[in-house]
Amino acid sequence: MNRQIVQLFGLFTLLFGVLVIFTSRWTVLEANSLADNPDNRRPLIEEQRIPRGLIFASDGRTVLARNRAHGRGQDRTYTRTYPTGGTFAHPVGFSYIRNGRRGLELSRNDELVGKRDEFQSILAGLESARKEGNDVVTNLDVRGTEAARAALAGRKGAVVAIEPKTGKVRVMVSEPEYDPNLIPSQIGQLNADRENQPLLNRTTQELYPPGSTFKVVTATAALDSGAIKPETIIDGSSPKTISGVPLENAGGEDFGQISITDALTNSVNTVWAQVGERIGRDTLVEYMRRFGFYEDPKLDYPSFQMIPSGVLNGEGEFVDDGFDVGRVAIGQGGLEGEVRAAPLQMAEVAAAVANGGRLMKPQLTDRIVQKDGRVKERIQPDLQSVVMKPETAQQLAAMMSRVVEEGTGTAAALAGITVAGKTGTAEVGANREFTQPWFICFAPVENPRMAVAVTVERTQGQGGTVAAPIAKAVLEALLGGGGG
Amino acid sequence: MSARTRELFGLLPVSLLVAAGFAAVISTRGQDVSDATLTYGAFFLGLCVVAHLFIRARLPNADPYMFPLASVLAGIGLVLIYRIDPELAREQAQWFVFGLALFCITILLVEDHHVLERYRYTIAAASIALLMMPRLPGIGAPVNGAYLAIKLGPIQFQPAEFAKLGIIIFLASYLRETGDILVRPRLRPLPYQRQLILWGVPALLTLLGIAVLDLGAAGSVLLAVFLFSFAAVVRDRPSPKHFGPLLLVWGLAMLMLIVIRDLGSSLMFFGGFLTLLWVATARLSLIGVGATMFFGGAFYLSQTVAHVKERVDIWLDPFAKGVVNDEGYQLAQSLFAQADGGLFGQGFGQALLNVPGGGSILPAAHTDLIYAVLANEAGLFGAAGLIGVYLLFVYRGLRTALSAADGFSKLLATGLTAVLAIQVFVIVGGVTRVIPLTGVTLPFVSYGGSSIVANMVLLALLLIVSDHARSEARRRGGLV
Repeated sequence: MNRQIVQLFGLFTLLFGVLVIFTSRWTVLEANSLADNPDNRRPLIEEQRIPRGLIFASDGRTVLARNRAHGRGQDRTYTRTYPTGGTFAHPVGFSYIRNGRRGLELSRNDELVGKRDEFQSILAGLESARKEGNDVVTNLDVRGTEAARAALAGRKGAVVAIEPKTGKVRVMVSEPEYDPNLIPSQIGQLNADRENQPLLNRTTQELYPPGSTFKVVTATAALDSGAIKPETIIDGSSPKTISGVPLENAGGEDFGQISITDALTNSVNTVWAQVGERIGRDTLVEYMRRFGFYEDPKLDYPSFQMIPSGVLNGEGEFVDDGFDVGRVAIGQGGLEGEVRAAPLQMAEVAAAVANGGRLMKPQLTDRIVQKDGRVKERIQPDLQSVVMKPETAQQLAAMMSRVVEEGTGTAAALAGITVAGKTGTAEVGANREFTQPWFICFAPVENPRMAVAVTVERTQGQGGTVAAPIAKAVLEALLGGGGG
Repeated sequence: MSARTRELFGLLPVSLLVAAGFAAVISTRGQDVSDATLTYGAFFLGLCVVAHLFIRARLPNADPYMFPLASVLAGIGLVLIYRIDPELAREQAQWFVFGLALFCITILLVEDHHVLERYRYTIAAASIALLMMPRLPGIGAPVNGAYLAIKLGPIQFQPAEFAKLGIIIFLASYLRETGDILVRPRLRPLPYQRQLILWGVPALLTLLGIAVLDLGAAGSVLLAVFLFSFAAVVRDRPSPKHFGPLLLVWGLAMLMLIVIRDLGSSLMFFGGFLTLLWVATARLSLIGVGATMFFGGAFYLSQTVAHVKERVDIWLDPFAKGVVNDEGYQLAQSLFAQADGGLFGQGFGQALLNVPGGGSILPAAHTDLIYAVLANEAGLFGAAGLIGVYLLFVYRGLRTALSAADGFSKLLATGLTAVLAIQVFVIVGGVTRVIPLTGVTLPFVSYGGSSIVANMVLLALLLIVSDHARSEARRRGGLV
């Protein structure tokens, strides 16, 4: 009998080994996929019990998101409140158990809930400390944001301001906004409001025809590839046949033989359409890609809240060939392809020119701060791409300065500070009865500290008269006055 | 150092562990680690010392490790149950005291376990009666579809926990007597023509079965193993009349599947039976016949009895749509809880048990899923540690069987140990999705009066066998 008893012990050791193997399978090997299982409510409940970190504006004092505690002891849970209401609703987003998360609340969730790796968990287990989130200090500027909202004055539209050297996003305003505090009670109504779409972040989630602001992209491609020089003379008469169809200048104005610089100052469509045809689709698309078109912005923001800009055909698909390059070059297009851009993308265009051709990744977050005040992580400026040579950027800056000094963008001129910019006015609506005014700019020209893109949705008026004054107000707020 | 002194020293780390466990739970509750934890620890230590003194007086030579190991398990159980619900822990502590009392009474009454052999048929009959009780109208009621408990006034009671002891005693006694005559192996090999017939028939039948019946891969293997094992049994000239009671045990296990509708307990009983059969006869063919008959029957029942089929379906895919939040909720939550534990766990008292606003996220956390709670709080290391403690207990139990002098003692110690080991495998295997999840308890750890009391009696019987074996060995002049 003894031999069988010894064998039996071997069998039980084996069976218990199987138990340990299966326990490792669930606790370690497959733990992550189990945690991500949509039917697993634990992470949600668990995070409810963690006081999320606060979210601050760039001043480090203005609280954009804080917690409210409920219950006590083991059952203590927290919900979010947003003291600034709708002002920062689009970049900050919201976080609720039932409604999920948006904005920075989602893209910085790991930091906000203080997610730990396995090793830190052991240490925390020894200290038996409760989980605690880290604070997020954003780059969002309170004065600039308020100035942008005031200047938009309730009109639907978007304003983005970026520091060209660092990529810091100082202003991200999309109107209309929503009050994140009301999300739990009103998300149904907010979603159903097709007319205003308040949950839509127009700076990253909506594409508009960029109009003549796109000529900056065309000019970059043409100058940097050597196809033209600022002094190059081109025939600016109107109309001009482009792709077999006559194209007119605004108001049918005939400019005759005109230099490239003057053609940008006065936004001469026929000249820039010819420049587009001269460089061709491939070169244009190549430079668009360098500016970040055709892919999601590299922003620390949820990817489902961002869409790429680019040339879209009638079915809404991105195309990089076969389109009317002359019309795309002036920010329009046809059925085979029409250029569409998000306001953030156009701000990146201005920022790249401002920073000597070097496009920095746009960033909403400045730093992650622990509860004890120590800085856990400081987000460093990060180069996204080298779009053009520094000389090209200089030439463009000079040309864009002229736009503000004497061209279509004089409404953006600031006393004591030089501004470089470009206006745009796209016609929209079934009968082209509305306009989509644009203005992109940066200042000061000598040492650019801010790049701004402004657009207003389905309105009346020109980029120079509608959008440029908004950009001016934002620049004033951000650059500390300038007197005017 | 004497065996009893070793036992006493073994109890020291146990009570320290229990006190530390309570301290951790209480401190995360946000209360002061007052004298309360010391009181709990001291109370537990006091109880164990009383039991130890009793063992010292009555069973001076018994194995010194089994009692401390069981105490560790009971201590871990108390801490976990306290963490789930302090009120339940108070009740469990009372049951623990009651179990210790019954432990002592067993040792007092059963001075020599060989007297049990005299009553084996009475014991067997009583056990079967116990098993059927949950189906009696008035006192029995199904829990999650299984008939495992009876209610006598305020006291709920799981007769299967006690029946397992009775069945093991019966089997140990019966197989001690018949183990050698169940089969009478031939001394000379069969002539080669008869060998051909002996092995040819099952081979033919297997092929026929596969061709005619539409069996899956598992079914075909089952059939082949059964037929060849059966042929091997026939070769060894079985004694039909001695197989009667054994067939009865198989029928009983099947009946339990139908009557109690619990795959787990029936696996536990039948597994205990097969291990004893193996130890008593060393005939693999008998195990082959028995195991295939069991699995065949279980497979058939899993297709026909809705409750058993449901359990199997959950086991195959607990995350299926429409299952995960319904009948598969318990198993899915068990796995989620373990995933939450990771390598080192969340810490005692830290794991998520309740949904904010009331209600438990883990159904039956204190009974079926207590292993999942441990994995959540103490991680893979804690859970593996618990399995390690059980393995040590099994080791000491089988060690006792090895050192025993007579067949009955060997079989009794083996059977008691095996049934406990299989019970651990059945419930932990269920919780970790090795096998379908069923409602047996985790011995010594789970909440439940019958479980802890029955297992204390099991421990008492093992210690009695051990004391006899070691006293005998000592008389002969050597200590195992």
